[in-house]
Amino acid sequence: MATAHDMLFRTLADPTRRAIFERLCREGEQTVAALTARSGVSQPAVSKHLGILKQAKLVRYRHEGRERHYSAQLNALAPLIDWTSRMTGFWQSRFDQLEDLLKRMDQ
Amino acid sequence: MSKQAAETLAVVVERDFAFPPEKLWRALTQPHLIEAWLMKNDFKPVVGHHFNLSGDWGGVLDCEVLAIEPNKALSYTWNFVNDDPAYNLRSVVTFTLTPTSGGTRLRMEQAGFRADQKQAYGGAKFGWQKFLENLAQVLARAD
Repeated sequence: MATAHDMLFRTLADPTRRAIFERLCREGEQTVAALTARSGVSQPAVSKHLGILKQAKLVRYRHEGRERHYSAQLNALAPLIDWTSRMTGFWQSRFDQLEDLLKRMDQ
Repeated sequence: MSKQAAETLAVVVERDFAFPPEKLWRALTQPHLIEAWLMKNDFKPVVGHHFNLSGDWGGVLDCEVLAIEPNKALSYTWNFVNDDPAYNLRSVVTFTLTPTSGGTRLRMEQAGFRADQKQAYGGAKFGWQKFLENLAQVLARAD
């Protein structure tokens, strides 16, 4: 589990890679060429980033003709979202207890 | 402690309370009151003071007071040292109190990262929180 976390965090720590991933999340499936056109880096660089994203299971692709169409795999983000939602839940419940305490306290 | 707040994973919880800031401040800074809503502790409102928060699950957090501005802001480290990197956590908790017409708005921000990922987070130029917010919007639309 720790290894999966590590890979996810390391993969998304790179701003260019994260931008590519975000575009796939926001705009849906795209080819390498389409991603390259607006990424500001070369096609080999985009391909390399996609390869790393794929290793982390953040993207997958399908072939159509000679082109690979990449799409985001949002369920791979679950560990990341889990951390924040767990901590948010923790603090929400503590704030409930704080509210109870404040009602009991003297002015 | 390096300044990387904008580059870390952060959790923000805000709530309006119908009580004045002075009263919330007591609940945030007096050990017996902290224990009543958060955890057992040996907190002192002194910058640089090291203390522990002991959770009822048996875990002990290592903390150090970083900043105090009476009735306004309180910040301390919230570190959990564990051999298992999956549980190792270094973070900073900051409470901010803002007076409102009906009482006080309390904002809690916990910003941090697991110790083994310091490098990875440090290399990120884009705020994690913004990233997660963007993501939340994307996920909301995806349903």
